[in-house]
Amino acid sequence: MKNRRRFLAFGAGVLAGCKKAPDSESGAHMRVYGERAPGETSARWILELSASPGTGSSRTPLADLYGTITPTSLHYERHHSGVPAIEASKHELVIHGLVEKPLVLTMEDIRKFPSFSRTYFMECGGNTMGEQRGNTQPDVQRSHGLLSGAEWTGVPLREVLKAVGVKPEAKWMIAEGADAGRMARSIPIEKVMDDALLAYGQNGEALRPEQGYPLRLFLPGWEGNTCVKWLHRLQFADAPAYSAKETAYYTELGKDGKAQIFTFVMEARSVITRPSGLQKIAPGFHEITGLAWTGKGRITQVEVSVDGGKTWAEAELQQPVLPLALVRFRYPWTWDGKEAVIQSRCTDETGFLQPTHEELVEVRGSNSGYHYNAIKPWRVGADGMVTHV
Amino acid sequence: MCKLVGFLVAVSCFGQGRPASAELIQKLDITVFADGRGLPVGKGTAAAGRAIYKSKCAVCHNDNGEGREKQYPALIGGIGTLATERSVKRVGSFWPYATTVFDYIRRSMPFDHPRTMGVDEVYAVTAFVLHLNGLVAEGMELNEKNLAAVKMPNRDGFVPDQRPDVKARR
Repeated sequence: MKNRRRFLAFGAGVLAGCKKAPDSESGAHMRVYGERAPGETSARWILELSASPGTGSSRTPLADLYGTITPTSLHYERHHSGVPAIEASKHELVIHGLVEKPLVLTMEDIRKFPSFSRTYFMECGGNTMGEQRGNTQPDVQRSHGLLSGAEWTGVPLREVLKAVGVKPEAKWMIAEGADAGRMARSIPIEKVMDDALLAYGQNGEALRPEQGYPLRLFLPGWEGNTCVKWLHRLQFADAPAYSAKETAYYTELGKDGKAQIFTFVMEARSVITRPSGLQKIAPGFHEITGLAWTGKGRITQVEVSVDGGKTWAEAELQQPVLPLALVRFRYPWTWDGKEAVIQSRCTDETGFLQPTHEELVEVRGSNSGYHYNAIKPWRVGADGMVTHV
Repeated sequence: MCKLVGFLVAVSCFGQGRPASAELIQKLDITVFADGRGLPVGKGTAAAGRAIYKSKCAVCHNDNGEGREKQYPALIGGIGTLATERSVKRVGSFWPYATTVFDYIRRSMPFDHPRTMGVDEVYAVTAFVLHLNGLVAEGMELNEKNLAAVKMPNRDGFVPDQRPDVKARR
């Protein structure tokens, strides 16, 4: 492949350099790997948390995107110890612990298993952290951008596990990455045997380094941190590891001082992405649009309010509505130029209705920002500026 | 079908993979469980850990675990704050198990050069961090037999997932 690319690049060089280009209106030469138009500049917003490179998060520019698939180059990232440089040909997955036959799998081995591809959302367990205390962000990228949608390709983990024979006393699987910090999370065996995926592809091509190249765990509907990147070790055990990232972090400290632990599922949530924070609109017609998603199956309804929550109307859901995937909703609105508060709320197939900020904080308090999924109101000022309420 | 393969029993139905040797597993397996399983044989005291901490940890976590603002987290403080409006989650106030402290230091620290400390150094730094939090005496030796018995103040502070806990009203 590398040689072929080099040949193509060489060919392009010949065309561009050696042969005089004819006077033509047909534009530029072809590219071996595509780029967007020069005027398209939508980008991730990066927050590096330490002096060490690559540790922190980058957030998806939700307000700029169409549809339900996040371009891989704009998919959100959260790294706890940077992005390791791994060669796929040298990468191995070791499966051990409470199994009959501990196994080492190369990437070539893993790709031989029957694969499947499916569209899923992924959201960081800490998306919108701070809003529970009223610390808001000015735009939807910074407030909700630890959320993306993609088609993931890989092997159902349960198929691979048939080869190792998981013992009945195994109740947990500890998944560990090959990043500098060897980040690890403990996963209940039920999820492992349900829909856990050993993912090596995203949006039709190999994972990018920032998404765990060459192999990551993907747990549909669960907080992104459990989808361990650069996956190199799976250990089956009768107990969780109580790793730092599942005790000190990603736990939800409540009002009573007790913290909920192993809170994996991302509950139903929606947000209006247009019009949203920092945008400016003019009076007249606007299509209000946004995204809804739930870690518990399908979104069944999205409602929009343009009067501060006094009345709600049903938004149109773009079909097909896929389970555990981003759902695009639309609602036609004619803005009369007077100050307005617009917001969305969703319901999923379990009957769960997205709560207001007040309803959420009343139960959970403001100590923990993990799994914050409240309704997000945007204020449209008389000048057309959209701001957080 | 796998069983029919007989002597190639470690090879899967799809013909992938090779057996993981005990040596390979031992080399890679760094998981430490809350009951102490997985702890390597070794020992260290806070007194011994003080110098190691100073040379390898203080650059980020500050001289006595105060942390560096907006860079690296503090390791001390917060005990008694969890049920208040301004809770402070630190090693002593929040972490439920001393084994997690050891595990995290061994696998992830020092941040820019993880897994470069020897086992005894990890025990010593663990002891020092616990000592900074007032949880072990400076001269107390921590080892693979007694680390799991260190009682963290918030050991009983965790409950399972309570959700759906928030009930929205129409």
